Order: sequence, then C-alpha cells, then structure tokens
Amino acid sequence: MTSTQRLTPVAATTSTVVLEVVDKTLVAEDVVALTLASPDGARLPDWAPGAHVDLVLPTGMTRQYSLCGDRFDPSTYRIGVLREASGRGGSAYVHDVLAPGDLVGVGGPRNNFPLVPADRYLFVAGGIGITPLLPMLHQADLLGADWQLLYGGRRRASMAFLDRLSGYGDRVRVAPQDESGLLDLAGFLGRPQPGTRVYCCGPAPLLAAIEAACSDWPPYSLRTERFAGGDLGAPARSAPFEVELARTGRTVTVGPGVGVLEAIGSVGVEVLSSCRQGTCGTCETTVLAGRPDHRDSLLDDDERAAGDCMYPCVSRSLDDRLVLDL
Amino acid sequence: MTATAAVPTSDVDPFSHEVLEDPLPMHEQLREAGPVVYLSRYDTYAFARYEEVRAALVDWQDFSSAAGVGHANFRYEEPWRPPSLLLEADPPRHDAPRRVLTKVLGPRALRRLREDWSADAEALVDAVLAEGTTFDAAPALAGAFPLRVFPDAVGIPADGRENLLPYGDHAFNAFGPANDLVAKGAPRVAELSAWVASRCAREALGDDGFGAQIWAAADRGEITPAMAPLVVRSLLTAGVDTTVHGISAVLHAFATHPEQWQRLRAEPGLARVAFDEAVRWESPVQTFFRTATGDVEVGGVVVPDGRKILMFLASANRDPRRWADPDVFDLSRDPSGHVGFGFGIHQCVGQHVARLEAETLLTALAARVERIEPAGPPRRHHNNTLRAWASIPVRVTPV
Repeated sequence: MTSTQRLTPVAATTSTVVLEVVDKTLVAEDVVALTLASPDGARLPDWAPGAHVDLVLPTGMTRQYSLCGDRFDPSTYRIGVLREASGRGGSAYVHDVLAPGDLVGVGGPRNNFPLVPADRYLFVAGGIGITPLLPMLHQADLLGADWQLLYGGRRRASMAFLDRLSGYGDRVRVAPQDESGLLDLAGFLGRPQPGTRVYCCGPAPLLAAIEAACSDWPPYSLRTERFAGGDLGAPARSAPFEVELARTGRTVTVGPGVGVLEAIGSVGVEVLSSCRQGTCGTCETTVLAGRPDHRDSLLDDDERAAGDCMYPCVSRSLDDRLVLDL
Repeated sequence: MTATAAVPTSDVDPFSHEVLEDPLPMHEQLREAGPVVYLSRYDTYAFARYEEVRAALVDWQDFSSAAGVGHANFRYEEPWRPPSLLLEADPPRHDAPRRVLTKVLGPRALRRLREDWSADAEALVDAVLAEGTTFDAAPALAGAFPLRVFPDAVGIPADGRENLLPYGDHAFNAFGPANDLVAKGAPRVAELSAWVASRCAREALGDDGFGAQIWAAADRGEITPAMAPLVVRSLLTAGVDTTVHGISAVLHAFATHPEQWQRLRAEPGLARVAFDEAVRWESPVQTFFRTATGDVEVGGVVVPDGRKILMFLASANRDPRRWADPDVFDLSRDPSGHVGFGFGIHQCVGQHVARLEAETLLTALAARVERIEPAGPPRRHHNNTLRAWASIPVRVTPV
C-alpha cells in the first residue's frame, strides 16, 4: 500500500459500471462484506453462483471478488473481502479507507466456476473461499438437490458468514482448525459416487488436498476455484490509447471516459452491438495487434490469453496501441 | 378485476388473420393507448412500447418464462410438449443449458463455418441465377439457404429435413391461442415431434456438429444426459423458421428499397447491419409472453400475480419514442438495441448463427446482382408468432 489517502472517485468508463458502496460490515476477523449498488438504483448485470467481478478501486488497483449475495435482487452485489496481510494493498484499502458512499468501478461479472446440474453436491470451503459457495447452497436448495458443506478456517472468529449458514442445520459442518485440526476431506467425501459433484474454493494447499482426495472419483466430479480476493489482475489502464482500424485506415484515440465502441463510431465506423454489457457477443471484433483488456463475460481464460478478439462494447486496451480488423 | 379499471382496454385480436396480415396499425393503436394495455379478448396484459418491452425482457425476476412464453399458462395448463429448457425456463434451471448453448453457438465457435457458408451461399446464388432472373426469393433463397447449411452444422442427416419447417411453424403457432392456425398443425404434431425427438439422440447426430458438442458438454457434466436431447431440440425448433423469415425480411426490404441495395453493393461490409435493420424493421419473431411472478407495477398499472403479459417485440422495434423514422428501412441507421432477438438472459442464443447465414447470403448476392426488384405482389404466410412471407417474386439484374 503506497498510500491510504483518499483519491478522487473513479470516473465512469464503459469498461466498468460505477457503483456505490451502500454498506460495509465487518463479518469476521479481517473480513468485511461490501454491498454495492448503482447510485441511480439501476439494474445490475445478471450473474449466477460462482461468478466474480473486477473491483476497480479509486487507487486504480483492480481486484477480483466472488459475488456472494442474492441473484434474485437485481439492484445490489455483495462481496466479502479478506484483509491480505501479504497483499499489495487492495484489500487493505477496502478495509481501512473505503467507506459507505464511496464509488468503485465494477467489471464483469464473469463465471469460471458455474454450478453444473447434479443430484448431489459436496461443497468444501477454506476461509474466504466460502464466498462463491454461499449462493450455490441456496441454488442447490432451489434445484431440490441434496448437498453438504464442509467449511474450514483458522478459528471460528475468522470464519465469515457463519450466521448465514446456521439455518441449514446438520448439512453444514463448520471445522475451525484450532478446534478440530485439518479438514477431514476423506471422511467428508466418502466413497466416489457418480452423480455427485464436489465444489471446492480455498487456498492452494486445500485445493491440492482435495484434488488428491478426489483422484479416484469419476472425471469431471471435482470443480475448484482458487479463491478470488487475491491481489491479482492487471491494473486498469487510465491513460488514453490509440485504436487503429486496419481496413478503414483510421486511427482514434480512446480516453478514459470513452468506450472503444463509441470511439470507433465517432470516426464513422459502425460496429453492430446489442447488449453493451459484454454478454451477448454481437460486437466481436478481430484483434490484429496489441493486447486487449478484456472486460466481457464471454471469453474463458484461454480465449482471453489468445488475445485474438475482443468485445469493444466493454473491453479496452492494455497497450498504447490496439489494431483492429475494421 | 379491479386493476383493469385504470388500464386502457382493447378488444383487438392480435392473432386474427386480419392483424397477422398487417399488424402495424394495431401496434400503433396499442402503443398510443398506454404503457400497459389490457387485452380483454385474452384476459392478458400487453406491452407495446420499447421501454416496457425491453424492461420486461430483462427483468426475469418479475416476468417469468417458466410458465410458458406463449398464451398457455403452465401453472394451470399442460404444455403441448415437454417445456424447453431454455425458452421456457427461469434461473436457476435455465443456467446450465444456456451456458452450454452460448458456447456452442458463440461467435468464436462459428468462425470455422464462415468459409464453408460463404461457399455454400455462392453456390446457391449461382444455381438460382442459372435458372433465370425472375424467381420467388422466399423459397429459392430464404427457405433454401438455412435448410442447406444449418442442419449440416447441427449434424442431422439429410433424410427428413423437410419436417423442420412444419415443426417449427407449428411450435411458433402454438405460442398463440388455440386458434385455427394451431388446429391446422395438430394432425401432424405427434409424427413431427417423434421425428424431431429421434434426431436429438446422440447416435443420430454427426460427430462434430453443434449436436455432438451439446452431447460432449453432457459428458463433461455441464448439463445432464437427460437435458442434452432437449437442448438439441431447441436448435431444431428455433433455428430454422426464424432464420428463414429473417432472411425473407431482408430480401423483401431490399427488393422494395433499391437505393439501399445500391448502398450494400457499394459497401458489402454493411451486410450485418442490413440484416439487423431488417430484423428490427420486420421483427420475424413478433411476440412472446411472460408471466408475472407477483403483483408487478408497470407504468402505474399493477399486473396481478400469475397473469400473462404479451410483449410486442415488433411494436417496440418501431416505437417512435425510441427510433427516428421507425418505419423506414435504412442502412445508415444503427439498429443496435432492437429487441427482435429479445434481450437479457433469454436473448436469442442463435443470433450469431442467423447473422452469419444472412451475411454470407447477402454478400454472395450483392456480388452477383446489380438490381433486385419486385416481379409481382408478395404474399404473407400467417403464423401466430412469426411474421413471414410465403412468396416474394423478384426480378434481378445480374452483374
């Protein structure tokens, strides 16, 4: 953390929506829950359990957090933020500086950890890894599936959202390490069962342990996600960049308050679009050079890394210059 | 019915032959009546303005699809077939099938088809032109091209493809009330449904088509094996008639707007915009229903829990509150944001397929045809949901 002083509020860009922190609550030691809403009460982009958003802080830092609220409420997002002692300052800023009324940028949501249909689920959470699993429990109930949760943490006081789990009775096993030691994965998982899906989110050692524990389960039984909330992701670029349109031979400078789609349109090149939220794919454009800053909800990680296409309704540029096949 | 007291009421029948022949006057009448109109004949609420239609399409929480997106209310009525896992489902059940199909039909997945479909389009246009310069564009181009490329892409064998259009036509009629159009299709329902179901099985599908990819997703556990055939069925139900009528719409638009055809010829890159403008202008899918999940207030009117709402996509696409000169077919317009493919989580998952079909066909045609003009009066095909042409006689001047 280079500074804890307050910075100017984030500017609206089309790569993110600007949301207001409407609630900030300490829900466990070193874990705050943020509730975010549009300042004008507008509906937020849809999401499904397992999804995460990019949180763009006033410092310019971008961090990813799982959505842990209620998708049936279209006007708010909820995230849980663990203070990362060894992090680069994003979570510290959220804990120490960010306050209700502040504005933050939010990109996405994207989902690399969707809940696939199954008769039965076994959920395993380690620490803040509970966040993507919380909405999955509700969803599993809605789908009429059988499920159980094993939730580990360092100690009870450090484990967030225990209150939200209390109503589930003996389907939830809470196992703080200082009370019951390391998680008994073998005992919880039992014998491999077709039709059961195992979902796990938590720190790397837990993921390694569950991968080992599920090694004799049928393929595709186990689905994992490293917990979002780590200090990852490139900083959102705030400097202008140039977009060169190779076929039309035009170049346009895209400033921070303007979307690529609008900028292209301003020089007379219309790209058909529809949702303008990075969800429908209509405006897909081939990238010839430069690295896109992907902000859409469509491409998976491999496709993002390929960098050969982008959705200019929301995505931007990591480099000074982006060359598009337009 | 207390809520209807304050609601403008209309006794129009949107599914009568008179309206199906030309729905535009009714659209204007309903738009002008108010943001919400009560249709007394069907005991249904209607949205005909862009703002309310788009908001309802997006708001899946208040406006459910799981009780059916047609006139029948599945809360009280038995569906004529097992409901669609996509069109007739809400979150969370909607999530997994939608996610799989979004990937299978995504723009990136279609890249490998572009070259083949361009060649197919060129071959089809050459063959039609070789037969003569006066022809019926509805069957010869709009009907022929999707039936040539789409079933191949899905991976269904050649025999029996003639069943696809009648099956789709009935499915879209069945979203309307039980009128003569539904009765007309009834005798073949069992036979056509059985044929379609037989084409959705894993062993009936080719190795690398959309169908096989849906089954591969089932193998990876992304959907269940029981869901896979119904997801394939969605492709076969919704992927043919809609595209045929969308392409008919753009061909008819060009035949009646020669200056726009010249524009496309000068700038072939406008083919995609042209198709979407035609989808806005004509709205091949005219309507869908939703069901209120509670007492929902819209425009000062309470739509009571469990009641059906009829959304006029076509009317929204010509709402002057949203569009300048909405009745004009104009390639200089940006049609982005039209609701011809719907909007929100149920927005047409095959829209990129439809666009690629239209784009490749228009591009082939524009390279070969200097002028296209009507060669006789066109004739409508009536369907409770679709706006369609039975016949579009044209005369073309090859390059």
